[in-house]
Amino acid sequence: MAGIPHDHYEPKTGGEKWLHKRLPIVGLLYDTLMLPTPKNLNWMWIWGIILTFCLALQIITGIVLVMHYTPHVDMAFASVEHIMRNVNGGHMLRYLHQNGASLFFIAVYLHIFRGLYYGSYKAPREVTWIIGMLIYLAMMATAFMGYVLPWGQMSFWGATVITGLFGAIPGIGEPIQTWLLGGPAVDNATLNRFFSLHYLLPFVIAALVAVHIWAFHTTGNNNPTGVEVRRGSKEEAERDTVPFWPYFVIKDLFALAVILAVFFAIVGFMPNYLGHPDNYLEANPLSTPAHIVPEWYFLPFYAILRAFTGEVWVVIAAEWITFGIVDAKFFGVLAMFGAIAVMALAPWLDTSSVRSGRYRPMFKWWFALLCVDFMVLMWVGAMPAEEPYATISLIASAYWFAYFLVILPLLGVIEKPLPQPATIEEDFNAHYAPPSASAAVQPAE
Amino acid sequence: MIRNIALTATTALALSAGVALAAGGHAEITDYAFAHEGPFGKFNESQLQRGLQVYTEVCAACHGLKYVPIRSLSDAGGPAMPEDQIRAYATQFTVTDRETGEDRDGVPTDHFPVSGMEGAPDLSLMTKARAGFHGPYGTGISQFFKGIGGAEYTYSILTHYDEEPACAPDGVDGFYYNSAFPNGSVPDSCKDDHGVATIPGSWISMPNPLSDDLVTYADGTPATVSNMAADVTSFLVWAAEPKMMARKEAGFKAVIFLIVLSTLLYLTNKKIWANIKGKKLA
Repeated sequence: MAGIPHDHYEPKTGGEKWLHKRLPIVGLLYDTLMLPTPKNLNWMWIWGIILTFCLALQIITGIVLVMHYTPHVDMAFASVEHIMRNVNGGHMLRYLHQNGASLFFIAVYLHIFRGLYYGSYKAPREVTWIIGMLIYLAMMATAFMGYVLPWGQMSFWGATVITGLFGAIPGIGEPIQTWLLGGPAVDNATLNRFFSLHYLLPFVIAALVAVHIWAFHTTGNNNPTGVEVRRGSKEEAERDTVPFWPYFVIKDLFALAVILAVFFAIVGFMPNYLGHPDNYLEANPLSTPAHIVPEWYFLPFYAILRAFTGEVWVVIAAEWITFGIVDAKFFGVLAMFGAIAVMALAPWLDTSSVRSGRYRPMFKWWFALLCVDFMVLMWVGAMPAEEPYATISLIASAYWFAYFLVILPLLGVIEKPLPQPATIEEDFNAHYAPPSASAAVQPAE
Repeated sequence: MIRNIALTATTALALSAGVALAAGGHAEITDYAFAHEGPFGKFNESQLQRGLQVYTEVCAACHGLKYVPIRSLSDAGGPAMPEDQIRAYATQFTVTDRETGEDRDGVPTDHFPVSGMEGAPDLSLMTKARAGFHGPYGTGISQFFKGIGGAEYTYSILTHYDEEPACAPDGVDGFYYNSAFPNGSVPDSCKDDHGVATIPGSWISMPNPLSDDLVTYADGTPATVSNMAADVTSFLVWAAEPKMMARKEAGFKAVIFLIVLSTLLYLTNKKIWANIKGKKLA
């Protein structure tokens, strides 16, 4: 494997050599675990481990939940109550799975924004970034379908609204919507296919995660300086890095334990805070909730979807230019998917030669504004579609697009970056005193 | 913070089906201090038993509890009633046997009956299906400190049957004014120029179910409206979340374990990194 030079696994005993010749699996594990990792990674680099844990948690709790769940419109809601009341530990399994989805999204948003700030998407890590975006899309699809399974009011009406988005595609929208739903409306066929896909997609995500890790193990991790690890020789590389095991495994496990303490406090003491009370009412196609609100992790993009109403001049212009093919509804759908697409295109939209936001004085502020913008979008996404929220969501949506399509390309040209350290080692030594003598004599294992 | 944003601007569904003039206005919710609140809060067994009595003698006339098995009344962390008492309790219900198709007396493995009256919602999950608190300014941040408020909502509905307000002295035919009920109809005379209600609450189809001394408590607790409302609400919170005690205990153990584990990992991490980095420079 190409990458940072480091020691490789050498089979020693006869048995090891025998296996290594036939299947170098121990070598693969060794290379993966001993990956030279920039020694200056900060606490924003923990989210990958948290995300891997979340995926495992969701798959394990999910597999057990499936043993007790019934995917049928007449029985789904009651079977969830059966899990909550009669299955041994069922209430914990279900609450872990339900809140696990939220932990998953908190972690993925922090992971994505970490990447956006430190320029982790830039060459040569574009493929890692694109695969990450695919994982994020698959996560959203999985979470959305999972939310339908308890067959509560928000399950049903959320499914109705979101599948309705596909119906907005001109011409082919309605057949696509019918095909997705398995009928003219959300019903048993919809529940069954969502159940099937909700079980399948996590394994697709697991495969994508493996490729994601493979990709960044090839390019090496980015780091807070954005300066690449030296690769001239093993000795040089070792001055910039430490092996993943034990340094980052223990660090990440510590972070995981702290985050899980908070997570278990939420699961144990306030498991329904992230949910919607209406989802404890069984789905009723004849009674529409007053406000249909998606789960919190969809709110920013839901706000963008709703921001572009028929009164916005961009929408009117688009409708006029396309002879009415792109109407307000379809424009909203395009904007929502476009919001993720522009983020995926960040590697090619960002023209700056400097990777890390740490050395970009102007970028820093625009990025901070993007973070605020994301929170504002999340807030207005939960608000009813009326003033002043409509105007706020339009401004916030506009900034989201402006950041990727205008600010990132322009900043690379007009911004004067600060001097960067020559090496990771130099930056590290500028921030930390040399290890004390007593500690230094211990060999690094 | 983000978690609460998901709950903002939620308005619970109208309790009474068929009320066309959904107002969605503000309501007066009493922040009652229930025994089960907080990480260390526990259900009060005798309160749950009194609540069961109120439910059986008052609510059950119209409402059901279809997801609750009668046997769970003996579970620890719930009313914890003796099994012979539950067997006797179950016999008051007539159940159509699933195998023989014939009517028989209820047994503890049966569930409580479904709602007997058209339009009266099942109460099994009611305290989880309503939010009493939405503030401040609809952000839901107050839920962090007060909880979602399903219990407070239920308690407030039962205790907020107030005098008809001055703007509608004759009320709404067939409905009852309740200052805690947000989603019923409000007559035009009680709305301002923008159609916003000028009074808290709205009109509900359920008549006031409670009055002082409606039931006789065996343990001598005074059967005031407030006591009965709190008791039956507490019972309904248990009915909606029968594993709450087990859940809090599991959460507590997990948090303690993880605090110890993270302390150990912190120290391990520090030790491991000691030969790589020294003190952080200013």
